[in-house]
Amino acid sequence: MYDTEQSPGPARIELPKSPTGIQGLDEITLGGLPKGRTTLVVGRAGSGKTLFGIEFLVHGALDFGEPGVFVSFEETPGDLVSNVASLGYDLNDLQERNLLAIDHVEVSRSDLIETGEFDLEALFIRLGYAIDSIGAKRVVLDTIESLFSGLTNTGILRAELRRLFFWLKDRGVTAVVTGESGEATMTRHGLEEYISDCVILLDHRVDDQISTRRLRVVKYRGSVHGTNEYPFLIDETGFSVLPITSTGLTHTVSSERISSGVERLDTMLDGEGFYRGSTIMVAGTPGTGKTSFGVSFVHAACLRGEKCLYFSFEESPDQIVRNMRSIGIDLVPHIESGLLEINSSRPTMYGLEMHLVMLLKQIRERQPGVVVIDPLTDLIAISSPKDIKVMLTRLIDYLKTNRITALFTHLIHTREMLAPPDLTVSSLIDTLIQLQDIESAGERNHGLYVLKSRGMEHSNQIREYRITDSGIELIDVYAGPAGMFMGTARLVQEAKEQAEAEARAEAIASRQRELERERSIMGARIALLQDEFASREEELQRMIEAESRRQRTSDAGTRAIERLRKADAADGDKKVQATRGEAGVER
Amino acid sequence: MTNTQKTAGEENGEKWILRLYVAGQTPKSLAAFANLKRICEEHLAGRYEIEVIDLLEHPQLARGDQIFAVPTLVRKLPPPLRKIIGDLSNTEKVLVGLDVKPRS
Repeated sequence: MYDTEQSPGPARIELPKSPTGIQGLDEITLGGLPKGRTTLVVGRAGSGKTLFGIEFLVHGALDFGEPGVFVSFEETPGDLVSNVASLGYDLNDLQERNLLAIDHVEVSRSDLIETGEFDLEALFIRLGYAIDSIGAKRVVLDTIESLFSGLTNTGILRAELRRLFFWLKDRGVTAVVTGESGEATMTRHGLEEYISDCVILLDHRVDDQISTRRLRVVKYRGSVHGTNEYPFLIDETGFSVLPITSTGLTHTVSSERISSGVERLDTMLDGEGFYRGSTIMVAGTPGTGKTSFGVSFVHAACLRGEKCLYFSFEESPDQIVRNMRSIGIDLVPHIESGLLEINSSRPTMYGLEMHLVMLLKQIRERQPGVVVIDPLTDLIAISSPKDIKVMLTRLIDYLKTNRITALFTHLIHTREMLAPPDLTVSSLIDTLIQLQDIESAGERNHGLYVLKSRGMEHSNQIREYRITDSGIELIDVYAGPAGMFMGTARLVQEAKEQAEAEARAEAIASRQRELERERSIMGARIALLQDEFASREEELQRMIEAESRRQRTSDAGTRAIERLRKADAADGDKKVQATRGEAGVER
Repeated sequence: MTNTQKTAGEENGEKWILRLYVAGQTPKSLAAFANLKRICEEHLAGRYEIEVIDLLEHPQLARGDQIFAVPTLVRKLPPPLRKIIGDLSNTEKVLVGLDVKPRS
C-alpha cells in the first residue's frame, strides 16, 4: 500500500522515522515514530503508557543503537527496574552500559511552596545533562502532567511545557510524552495542544467481562499510517500490537503441494493435496472427526520435518495426544523433537482480538510451516460476525504472506448434506472440506466432500470415511440409480449389486452359448447346401458337354451332305441356321 | 508545634543552611537572591548561611535535591527539608515555608 501510493507521484521526501521495536506498531506507523519529534501517548491508568515508553527506549538501546533517557514523574527508578524485570528487561544493566539513564523527578505538593515567578529551567538542565551524559537519541517523559499536581501556577506551567517541547525538538531527540486521558479533552491537561506531530491513544476496555487493549494512531503529521484501532497485548514478553499490515492481496503464492495426511483425500484434491500457504477449513457436524483430520495433517507435516503449531480451544494437549493414539497417530515424538507444539486455552479466557494477537505472536515466534486452529467456531462464538471476519482476514493475510498453511476446523450444526457452512468467513477459505453425518437404515455414517478448492481440479465425489485404528480411511460410497448408500447399507447394496452382476454375466454367457450353437447349425446347413449344389453343378456340366458334342457331330454331318448335293451356298446357309435354332429349342 | 521548634532553634543558636538553586543570572534569580537575603537579615540575622548553586555550572546537582524549577530555595537545616519555588517575592509565604513563622 505504501509503495503503491508512493510510486505514482513525484519523488517524495520521506519523513525520517525512529522504529519503536514494538511488534506491530512499526508496521502500523510504517516505520516508527517521527524521528527528532515528540509523540504523545495517551491512555488511562493501567493502559500501558509506561511500558510503551520503556519498550521504546529498550529497543532503541539494544536494537537500534540509540541510547535513551527515561524521566519518570511517578515511579521511582527502583520500581521501574523491578516492574519491567519480569518482561526480561534489565534496566540496571542498560544503565551500567550507558545505554539508558533514568531520572526520577519527584513532584509532591506537600513539601512545595510557591511564591512568585519561576520557570522549569532546572528540568531542562537535568534533562539536557542526562541526554549529554549518554548521548541519548530518545527521551521518554512519563507522565509530565504530574507537574500540574505539584504546581499551582498553571499559566507558567503551560508556557514552560510549550517551551519544553520546542526544546526537545531543538535537541533533535525523538521523544515520547505520556499523558492521562481526560474527560473533555484528550489529555487531562490538554497536552495535545502542544504536541501535534504524532498522537497515539491506548485504550483498555472491558466488554462482557473480557478485557481488550486497543491502540490507535490518532494523528501522525506528514506520514501515512493505519487509522484503525488495533488490539495489543501486554504479556511476559512485553508489548505487541496485532500487525495488520495492509498487505491486502499482494502476497505471492506457492504452487507447491503438501499432503493432507489422508491419502485418498489427496487424491480427491487433484491427486496432490493442498497448496502450501493456502487456508483450509474442515467443517463438520459434531463427532465427525474434525480434530482427527487436523491432527492427520499435522502428523504428515511433522513427518516431512515441518514445524507445526496446533491451537486447541477444546482439548488439552495431553488429551489430544491420548485420543490420537487411538487412531494410530503418535504425537509424542513430534512434541519431543520440538516440531509440534500444542497450545490449549479456553476461548473465554480472552476476547477474540486478544486470542488473535496471541496466535499471531506465537506464530511469529515459532515460524511454523503449518498452523491448525481447532476449532475456529469457539472464536466465532465470542465475537460478532463482522469482527471475526475482520480479524480473520488479518490473520489469514499474515499467514499467507508468510506461506504458512493453515487448517481451521469448524463446527456446523446443519444436518443437511451439501449445505455450505453457515459462515461469513467461508469466502476467506481456499479449500473447504465438509464432513457430514449421514443417518440411514438405523446407523450413522460419515461422508466427506470437497466443497471448494481454489486453483485445482478437485473431486466432486462424496466419499465415505471411517476413522480406524490406523488413521482416517476413505471409501467410495455406493452411488447408483437406487440412491446413495453408506456403511452397512453400502455393503448390502454392493452385495446385491454383485449378485445382480453375476446373474447378468450368467445370462450373457448363456446367450453366447446359444449363439454359438446357432452358428454351428447354420454352418452345417450351409455345408449341406454347398454339397447339394456341387453335385447338381457337376451333373449339369456333364449334360452341357454331352449336348455340345452332339451339336458338333450334327454340324459336321450337315456340311458333308451339302458338299455332296452341291447346293446353293446361300440357301444352304439359311437351312443350317434354321436347323440350329430347332435344335436349341429342343434342348 | 512550630512555635516550640522555632524557639528551640533560636535558643540553641541553630544554624540555618539555605540553598538557592538558580540557572544563570536571570532577573528571576537575582530577584530571588535579593529577596532571600533581605528576609534572612530581618528574621535570621547571624544564624543563616546561603549557598547559591548555579545549575548551568553544576547540572548534576539538580537531581540530588529534586530540583525541576528555578529558582528553588531549599532549607537543608534545620530538618525537615523544605522547598520554596519562585522568586520569593511574597515574604509571608517564604517565612511560612521556611518555618520561621507559624503557618496560618
